[in-house]
Amino acid sequence: MSKIHVSTTVNGDAVDYLCDPRETLLDCLRDRLNLTGAKEGCGTGDCGACSVTVDGRLVCSCLMLGVEAEGKKIETVEGMADGDVLHPLQKKFIEHAALQCGICTPGVLVAAKALLEKNPDPTEEETRYWLAGNLCRCTGYDKIIRAVMDTAAEMREAS
Amino acid sequence: MDYHSPASFAEASALAAKATGTTRFLAGGTDVLVQLRSDIVTPDTLIDIKKIGGVRDITRNADGSWTIGVAVTGAEMSEHPELGREWPGLVEAMDLIGSTQVQGRATLTGNLCNASPAADAVPAMVAAEVTISVTGPDGVREVPVEQIPTAPGRTSLAKGEVVSAVNVPARGANGGDAYLRFIPRTEMDIAVVGCGVNLRLDGETITEARVSLGAVAPTVLLVEDCAKAILGTTLDEAALDALAAAASAACNPINDKRGTIEFRTEVAGVLAKRAARIAYARAKGEKA
Repeated sequence: MSKIHVSTTVNGDAVDYLCDPRETLLDCLRDRLNLTGAKEGCGTGDCGACSVTVDGRLVCSCLMLGVEAEGKKIETVEGMADGDVLHPLQKKFIEHAALQCGICTPGVLVAAKALLEKNPDPTEEETRYWLAGNLCRCTGYDKIIRAVMDTAAEMREAS
Repeated sequence: MDYHSPASFAEASALAAKATGTTRFLAGGTDVLVQLRSDIVTPDTLIDIKKIGGVRDITRNADGSWTIGVAVTGAEMSEHPELGREWPGLVEAMDLIGSTQVQGRATLTGNLCNASPAADAVPAMVAAEVTISVTGPDGVREVPVEQIPTAPGRTSLAKGEVVSAVNVPARGANGGDAYLRFIPRTEMDIAVVGCGVNLRLDGETITEARVSLGAVAPTVLLVEDCAKAILGTTLDEAALDALAAAASAACNPINDKRGTIEFRTEVAGVLAKRAARIAYARAKGEKA
């Protein structure tokens, strides 16, 4: 079966890859582009470990085909830090120890970043609902929520 | 698997008409990809309809009705400044589906064509008297939503037919809709029972009513006995009790881990009452 050529933008860089039409965007990011930040947890859109944004919209990359990325702008966890300078969310996740095994962390960070871009001052309830599609089996969520709320407060002060 | 991304619905229909084996249309993909990845349905032909012009548009027509493109996502419906003000039940039903991530992709059309009895958006569409435009080899036909699902996972769409638009009627004066579902948790679950209600009032009296139920039968139901129970009333206690009884009587549910037959039957009546109260308040212009 012949592969399909896809031209897209990932974290600001123009990229091209060849993929089988059955491959998901997650497969393409990890196996074609070696961007292994996004994880495959469930593969069915329940766990959010594969969260990325596509044209600014938070999606599960396991629920999108690689061929659908043609002409889109994809952002992954690899694009969050500016060189060696971590994104405020990444710093706060370390400070609050808001991760244990780390499998869910890239997806949680991407999802939390999308939340704060849409709503810089979310309530705890809004944050918990927004992140309901990001499952974490280690932390019990409390530290994650505290880290996001603390980041939001700090980013509001900084702006 | 052959992947196509046609530029028109006529082309999409023609591709599907001549395809052999299993064909699937791809909009948001939140069901199609799950089925593909878990080897439940492996399409031989996958037709992505998102490159067709207008499929991402929410359009208010001159007569006050709405045309929602087949690839409009739940997130886009929720963010629309006007749609949810006129059809809050429809928008809230769509918004109940899945996570933030799923909302970024999932569509009304996909929810309908997946034909799950527990689809949240479908009872709300049925109550709102939504129709869909279907493009096929012989042209375009308009079909009421309730005529699309025929059994779990099955629709009345024929080979070569593709849903090309979702048509939401004009809200009009003194109308209101609501959708409620029961799940054992607060988020990320599948309806145990869902109920949509859409009403129009003349003063305090209900003059038009449509009541739908989800997850209590092999397909979403439009329950005429529920409408009859409240038509001509002011939604007093007797009317609400008659509504609940009619809703429970219409149920033909399954037993599963989410709810027993008895539980679903009881809850259908409870939700019908609650949804009717919300729709009634909205029809009177009250916040609900």
